[in-house]
Order: sequence, then structure tokens, then C-alpha cells
Amino acid sequence: MSTNPRGRFGIHGGQYIPETLMNAVIELEAAYDHYKNDKQFNAELTELFNNYAGRPSRLYYAKRMSEDLGGANIWLKREDLNHTGAHKINNVLGQALLAKKMGKTRLIAETGAGQHGVATATAAALFDMECVVFMGAEDIERQALNVYKMKLLGADVVSVNTGTATLKDAVSEAMREWTSRIDDTHYCLGSVMGPHPFPTIVRDFQAVISKEIKEQFIEIKGKLPDAVIACVGGGSNAIGSFYHFINDPFVKLIGCEAAGRGIDTFETAATINTGRLGIFHGMKSYFCQDEQGQIAPVYSISAGLDYPGIGPEHAYLHDIKRAQYVAITDEEAVQAFEYLSRMEGIIPAIESAHAVAYAMKYAKELDSSKDIVVTISGRGDKDCVSVARYRGQEISE
Amino acid sequence: MSRIHEAFENKKAFIPFITCGDPDLETTRKIVLAMVENGADLIELGIPFSDPTAEGPVIQEADNRALKAGATTETILAFAKELRKEVSVPMVFMTYANVVYSYGAERFLTAAEEAEIDGLILPDVPYEEKEEFDSLCAAHGIDLISMIAPTSKERITMIAKEAKGFIYIVSSLGVTGVRSEINTDIVSLVSLIREVSDIPCAVGFGISSPKQAAKMASVSDGAIVGSAIVRIIAEKGKDSVPYVSEFVKAMSEAVHSSQI
Repeated sequence: MSTNPRGRFGIHGGQYIPETLMNAVIELEAAYDHYKNDKQFNAELTELFNNYAGRPSRLYYAKRMSEDLGGANIWLKREDLNHTGAHKINNVLGQALLAKKMGKTRLIAETGAGQHGVATATAAALFDMECVVFMGAEDIERQALNVYKMKLLGADVVSVNTGTATLKDAVSEAMREWTSRIDDTHYCLGSVMGPHPFPTIVRDFQAVISKEIKEQFIEIKGKLPDAVIACVGGGSNAIGSFYHFINDPFVKLIGCEAAGRGIDTFETAATINTGRLGIFHGMKSYFCQDEQGQIAPVYSISAGLDYPGIGPEHAYLHDIKRAQYVAITDEEAVQAFEYLSRMEGIIPAIESAHAVAYAMKYAKELDSSKDIVVTISGRGDKDCVSVARYRGQEISE
Repeated sequence: MSRIHEAFENKKAFIPFITCGDPDLETTRKIVLAMVENGADLIELGIPFSDPTAEGPVIQEADNRALKAGATTETILAFAKELRKEVSVPMVFMTYANVVYSYGAERFLTAAEEAEIDGLILPDVPYEEKEEFDSLCAAHGIDLISMIAPTSKERITMIAKEAKGFIYIVSSLGVTGVRSEINTDIVSLVSLIREVSDIPCAVGFGISSPKQAAKMASVSDGAIVGSAIVRIIAEKGKDSVPYVSEFVKAMSEAVHSSQI
């Protein structure tokens, strides 16, 4: 899906940022346009993907799960097996390499669940760059292990206490930091959101997921899958999983949003299902907001999906009905988290468990001639404490 | 054209900012009247937003207080209309794109025009995105204010050529808030603007003392002060009128007596 010159996906996207940052994003776009077709750059990135991150990730046939559900065949795209345990590393390696080529010496990032923060801290260590990660105080509490990892990797973790002290506030604070220090600093945005060119850059680096799914699936089955399912917060693993199938109209694309305690409650983060059109964090898209345009304090058990907006390309895919966005509650996600652990011996991230939960429902509607690919965007070690707490059990790490 | 130019006629302009509804709209009214009485030439009225990404902690907290106290875009638009009966200096709204967009830009600007608001500042709407707001603003006789930052460089000419009302020069990198010193070469920024436009230029971000205000006004056409005023309101609340009056008097005298 190509964007028009100012980074629009239909009416969504754009560059709604302070003038102070405009030249920074213009320079980033120019650098990206140069390097994206540069042989040397792509060779270096492929080398990092394969020998550092462990790509290609496996496409695994979940036999027990498929048989147990008694419907479609379920295939798991194992992004959880990547180095650092999630898809986030794909984007971070791309952006860090780009930043290095641009002469930047410092990476800043926001993080929700901590996966993007850990990935950025990892790349900063690898490329010998300074790293500062902004994380909501609430999330620091929820994801103590990832906070320790980031520090171990040499990053500074800044606790954000403003607003709801979660992912949206971490993004705001990272943007403020970038406004105050641009020359040596690249803002390594973690999802397909923010001002142009970020939604395009992040999508391109994550598109390796669908490129591999397509190749792997054709090799195994000699056809395309019938559906691809992924969880959506900002939407980077989902757009990565969808991208190379967008022009294959018979492949259903399904994004799973976090419904929290339900889309009929205020404690939800399901942007497409409960939000409306707005302008925030550099982009026009759908946002959870009140009648006066104040951004809503969203909620999900998953720190990584706990964001009031969605990337502009998803908003567009929703508008043109190319992708469908469904809402999964905390309870459904926790059940899927437990189900996949017992059924396949794979503990998924609670974010990814939202995609698993929908696949469990959807597979039953289809017969065994159909094939569903579910992206397991990350591993679930980080979530064991909070899922145990959800089940009324206190454990310490 | 709005009456913004009147603020800069034959003098340097002192432009104070205040967040509407912090701590309540009645206090905002008293403070605005006191600021005008003490020499303010143009008033910047902030409409609070939940997530103001260009603001430092002082104005972020003011926005939070105002929203918690129940201020809404709706009540502030009605408030501005009443306030206009008592205030004759130019007034501009300062808020974020989503506040206007979500309310409905046409509906917002219709109400703003009824309140005889002269300008609108949207710090998250740069030159590239201004068209969708600018044409509507123009239709309602409201100037969409352009900002120029220390990083603007070759963008200055393009922005200045189309700027309306006045140009808001961002004094330094970063977000709003008090700074001990400002090192940007404002003289060069202004001279680049002057090559293509004679529009008034006021400097804001980080100005907190009469000395700084005089210095910034001496190399431009005026000084904008926000956080230093909001900080007083944070501390004194409903009792802040005399304290803000005293501060504004010192600041406006410094600005008005500054020379090129």
C-alpha cells in the first residue's frame, strides 16, 4: 500500500508535530528514501536479521490446538523466537542501522510492555549508542523484569508519571525529549504510528514477517493461507503480518484489539471498536477520546496494547474494509495465554494471546480445509507475574 | 484581517498566556482583566488538552487542573464570548489540533468568531498540515498563527511568506517552561523573516524575567510569557490576581521600554 507524498493512508497519517521537529522528520525521510534501496544497507540489515535476531522465524503447525478446536488448521508465526523475544527487534535493528548511517549517536524510545525498550537497548548496545527509554510508572510496576533488562543493557529508563503513566504518556515524553535534543538523537519509535515517515519506516522493517509467512506457507502448502490474525496496539506486528497479503483479496486480515474489561466499559483500549477520528501523536487516525476531544485513559491487562490510538495504515485498511478489527477482553486473552501454554507448550506474550483468543473462536467456524496463520508477536515470560495476579495468585520473580 | 496588528502598533507587545479554567473560569476572567490593566497588549487563552505534547510540566499540570475542575471547550468558548464584552485588546486561542478537530473545526471557529477571537495557535499543526485549518480560519476572520523554531532553517522563508497575524518565534529547543538562558540567535531568525515579510514577530518559550523579556523584545516585536504566569496561578490559585498583576506590570513595562 503506497502512501502519498505527505504520508497519508487515505485521510489518515500526516505530520502533526511542532515546527521544532519538522526538519528532523524531513531529514529522516530523506535518509530513509536513500537507504531503503541501498544494496549495502539492505545486506547489512539482512545479516543482522539472520545472524543476530535469528530470522527467518518459524512457521509452526499447531497440530494439537488445531485438532482440539476441530476446525481450521492453525499455524503460528513464531516472532517470539526472535532475539529479545518479540517482533520489536525487526524494526529496531532497521532504525538503529539507519540512525547510525545518519550519524546519530543516541537513541530514545518509548515502551509499554518493555519489549520495544529492551529491543532498543539491545540495538544501542550492539551499535555502541547511548540509549534512553521512557516508560510509564504504571508499566514499570507491571514489567519489572524488562526494566532490569534495559538497565543491564546499558540504557537509562525514565519513569513517566504524567497522565495515566502508561504507553501514551511515554510516547508524549519521548516526543518532548526529541524536541529538546535533535542533532545527535534519533527517536526510535516502536510502532506504525506517529508522524510520517514513521508509520511507513516501521511497517517496511516489520514487513519481513508477512514476506516470510507467504514464502513459508507456499513452500509447505503450495497456496496462500485463508486468514492472518495478529494483535493490534499501535499495530506494528499486525501490519508486518498483513503487508504482503494486502493485495491478495482472498486472504482475510484480522487485527485483535484489547477490549480490556469490555468495549461497553470505560476500561478498554479497543480503538477501532470504540474510538473516533482525531489528531494526536503526530497523526490523524482513530483514537479513544471523550466528546470534547480529550484523549481517554485507556485500559488493558496488556501493557503493550494499552494505547488510545492505532496506526494510520490500519485506520485506512479498516475504512476500505480490507482488514477487520475485533475486540478481545482481558479474560479471553488470559484464557488463550493458558490454553496455548498447555496445548502447545508455547507461552505467548499477553499481547499475542489476544490474537490466539480470536483464532480459537474463528477456527471453529471453519473446516479443516482452511488454514489460519496467527502471529505470536512475543514470548510470555514477562507476563507470568501479572497473569498469576489476575488469577489471584501472588508470585515474585 | 484581524486586529492583531493593533497590539504591535508603535510599540513592542507583551503577550501573556493563561490556561482557561485553572483554577476556574471566574479566576481566569479576573486575571485576564488584571493583565490588560497592567499592560498586556494581546492575550493568549489556552484551551486545556489532556496530552499537550509541546508543553513542559508547568502548563501540563495547569491543563490537568483545568480539566479536573470541569473546563471544557464548550464552556471556554462561551466564557470567551462573555469576556470579550470586557476586553478590547486582541485575544488568541492556544490549543491542540485534536481539541479543534474533535469539536468540529467549523463549529469551533464559528463560536470563536462570535467571541471576536483574533487568532488561533495550534503547536501540533506545522506548515505542511495547516491548509485544513487555515482556510476555515480565514473564512471566520481568524488568523492561524505560524511558528518558527531554531531548527526551521530553510523553512523560514516558506513559513513567513504565508504567515498571518504575527509569527510566534520559538526561542529555543524543547517544550514550554522557564529557562535560565536563551542562546538562540533571534536576530538572524528575524532578519530572515524580514526578507520576505514585515509581519510582527514575538518570541516565546522560556521567558520568565523582565530582563529576559526586554532582551527578547528588543530583537523582535514582542515577548510571550506563559509558564512563569501559570506557575504563580499554580501556587496562589484563586488568590493569584494581585500576584499576576504585579508580575505582568513588571514584564510589560520591561517590554514596552525595550529598544532595538
